[in-house]
Amino acid sequence: MTASSTLLAVEGVRKLFPLGRGGVLDRLRGRRVPLLHAVDGVDFRIGAGESVGLVGESGCGKSTLVRLITRTLDPTEGAIRFDGEDLARIPARQFASAPQRPGIQMVFQDPTDSLNPRHTSRDAIAEPLRRLAGLSGRALAERVEEAAAQVQLPEALLGRYPHQLSGGQKARVGIARAIALRPRLLVLDEPTAALDVSVQAVILHLLADLKTRLGMSYLFVSHDLDVVRLLCDRVLVMYLGRIVEEGPAGELFALPRHPYTRALLSAIPGQAGAGAQRIRLEGDPVSPVDPDPKRCRFLGRCPEGEAACASASPVLLECGPGHRAACLRLPPPGGAG
Amino acid sequence: MDNRVATLDATSDASRPSALAAALRHARYVLGENPVTAAAFALFGAFLIAAVAGPWLAPFDPLATDAARALQPPSSTHWFGTDQLGRDIFSRVLVATSLDFGMAFAAVALSFGLGCGLGALAGYYGGWTDRLVSRLSDTIMAFPLFVLAMAIVAALGNSVANIIYATAIINLPFYIRVARAEVNVRRNAGYVEAARLAGNGELRVLACHIFPNILPPVMVQISLNMGWAILNAAGLSFIGLGVRPPQPEWGIMVAEGGSYMISGEWWVSFFPGAVLMLAVFCFNLLGDGLRDLIDPRRRT
Ligand SMILES: Nc1ncnc2c1ncn2[C@@H]1O[C@H](COP(=O)(O)OP(=O)(O)O)[C@@H](O)[C@H]1O
Ligand SMILES: [Mg+2]
Repeated sequence: MTASSTLLAVEGVRKLFPLGRGGVLDRLRGRRVPLLHAVDGVDFRIGAGESVGLVGESGCGKSTLVRLITRTLDPTEGAIRFDGEDLARIPARQFASAPQRPGIQMVFQDPTDSLNPRHTSRDAIAEPLRRLAGLSGRALAERVEEAAAQVQLPEALLGRYPHQLSGGQKARVGIARAIALRPRLLVLDEPTAALDVSVQAVILHLLADLKTRLGMSYLFVSHDLDVVRLLCDRVLVMYLGRIVEEGPAGELFALPRHPYTRALLSAIPGQAGAGAQRIRLEGDPVSPVDPDPKRCRFLGRCPEGEAACASASPVLLECGPGHRAACLRLPPPGGAG
Repeated sequence: MDNRVATLDATSDASRPSALAAALRHARYVLGENPVTAAAFALFGAFLIAAVAGPWLAPFDPLATDAARALQPPSSTHWFGTDQLGRDIFSRVLVATSLDFGMAFAAVALSFGLGCGLGALAGYYGGWTDRLVSRLSDTIMAFPLFVLAMAIVAALGNSVANIIYATAIINLPFYIRVARAEVNVRRNAGYVEAARLAGNGELRVLACHIFPNILPPVMVQISLNMGWAILNAAGLSFIGLGVRPPQPEWGIMVAEGGSYMISGEWWVSFFPGAVLMLAVFCFNLLGDGLRDLIDPRRRT
C-alpha cells in the first residue's frame, strides 16, 4: 500500500480493562482478574491526507481505539507509530507535553459535553493555540478568528458560552478547536451522532470541505455507513475489538467479503445493487470478557458459521487489492478469486 | 417607551462588556429575581460591616463595667439591656461579630482549601489516593463531631487558634466528600479530555478545567457550612473553651446569661443567641443565592 506516505501505523494494539481490582485473597490464590478485551489486536495504517472510516456497532471498542490513538489512554500492548515514532512509549499522562501532541487532535461525539461550560467559544478555540502553539495577544486572536471562519462560525458567537449556542454551533466550535492547530491527523468520534438530522448534513459537508482544503488525514468513526461512504477513502469494519474487514470504500461497499460487513450493509435502507434482502443478525454478541482465543467471535450470530469456526480464530487475509477480511470461509489467498 | 428603547440599546451596546460589568449586571438580575436572596445578602453585608467597624459603631465600651447599671432591661439607651456587670449588651454583641465571624471564616477557609484539595485529588486520581483520603475522612466522621472538636481543643490547648483548627478539622469531611463527588463525575467529561488534547497536564486539567466547574456546588456547601462553623465555634466558647470571659463573644455571652434566664433577666442570653441564630440563618439562605450568581448557565 502507500507505505511511503504512512502517517499513522497502528500495530498489534490491545487494550484490556481489568474488571474489578481483584482482592488480596484472589491474588494470593493466583486467581486472575477477568479482563474485558475492548481492543484486541488491531493493525492498520492511515496515509498522509487519507481519510479512513471506522465502523462497527456500539460497544465494539471504537471509542477505546480512538482514545488509544489520541493518546489519552495507554494501550496494554502494541505500537502506535506516528510519523515513524512509537507514541505508545509515552505514557498518556505525559503526552500533553509531547512534541506530537499538536499533530493529533480530535472532534468529540457530544458537542455539549465536550465544551467547558465556563469557557466562551473564544476560550475553547484559543486553549490549544495558547498551550501548544504558545500564541498570545493579537496573534492568538487572529488564529482564533481564522479557525472560526474556516468552520463558518460567526465572529459574534465567539463571546458566547456553550449554553447560549445551538447544537450545530457547538459542533462548529468543537471542530474549530480541533483544526486550530492544523493537526496532521484529525480523529472524529461519531461527530454528528448527537446532532439533529438537519444539522448533520451541514456539518458533514463542512468536514468534507475542510479535509480537502486543509489536507489533514481523517480517522472517521461512525455507525452510519452512508456517511462513511461519502467521506472516506478506506473503511475499517470492527467487531468486538478486532478489525474484521478493511478495504477501499468503493470496493468494500460493492463487494463486502465478511458476513458481518454484509449484514451491516444490508441494514442500510434503500441499499442499491445487491438486491440482497436484509440479513438479520440473530442473538447477542459474545461477551468481550475473556473471550475464547480459539474461536471466531462472530460465531453464534454469523449466518454462515460452520463447525470449523468454533476451533480457529480467523486472521485478516488479503482478498483483493488493499482489501482484507478475517473469515475462515474466504478462499485462501492466491486461489482463484 | 423611550426608556425601554434606551434600555434595549444599552443591552446591545453592552454585548461586549467588560467582565466586571457583566458580572454586576448578572448579580443585579439574580438579586432582582429573588428577594429572599437579596435580603440574605443585605443581612450578610450588615454582619460584615459590624465585623469590620464594630468597635467604632458600638455606643459603649464593651468591657466597661458599671455596677449601678447591672441587669437593666432593654431601653432606648441600652437597646439590648445590660448584663450582670452593667456592660452594654448591644455593644458587646456588635463587637463580638468580628471574633465569631473571624473564627468561622478562618476555619472554613482552612477546611475549604485542604478539604477541596484532597477531595479533588481523590476524585480525579482514584486508586490509592482515593482510598487514603476516604479513610482519613471516614476516620474523622466516625467521631461525634462536637466531642471531637472539644477533644482537639483540650489536647492542643485552650486558645482561639485551636478553636479554629478544631472547627476546620471537623468540617474537613464535608469538603472532601463534596469535592470528590463533583470531580469524580467530571473527570471523564468530554471537555476534560479536550483539555488534555489541548496540552494541559494532569494537574492543570484538574485546577483550571475541572475545579472552576465544581465551585458552584462547593460554594453552596461553604455557605451552609459557615453557619455551622459559627455555631460550632460559639458552642466551644459556650462550654468554656477558647475565648476567655471578659472578651465579648456570642457563645460566652449566652452561657453567662443562662443563669439569669430563670430569674427573669431574659435579655442577657436572648440577644446574643438571637444574633447567632440570625447569622446561621443568613448563611443558609446565602448558599442558594451564591450558586445562582456563580453558575454561568443562569447568566443571561
Ligand atoms: N474505562 C473502561 N473500563 C472498563 N471497560 C470499558 C472502559 N471503557 C470502555 N469499556 C468497555 O469497552 C468496550 C468498548 O467500548 P467503546 O470503546 O466505548 O465502544 P464504542 O465506542 O464502539 O461504542 C465496551 O464493552 C465498554 O463497556
Ligand atoms: Mg463510542
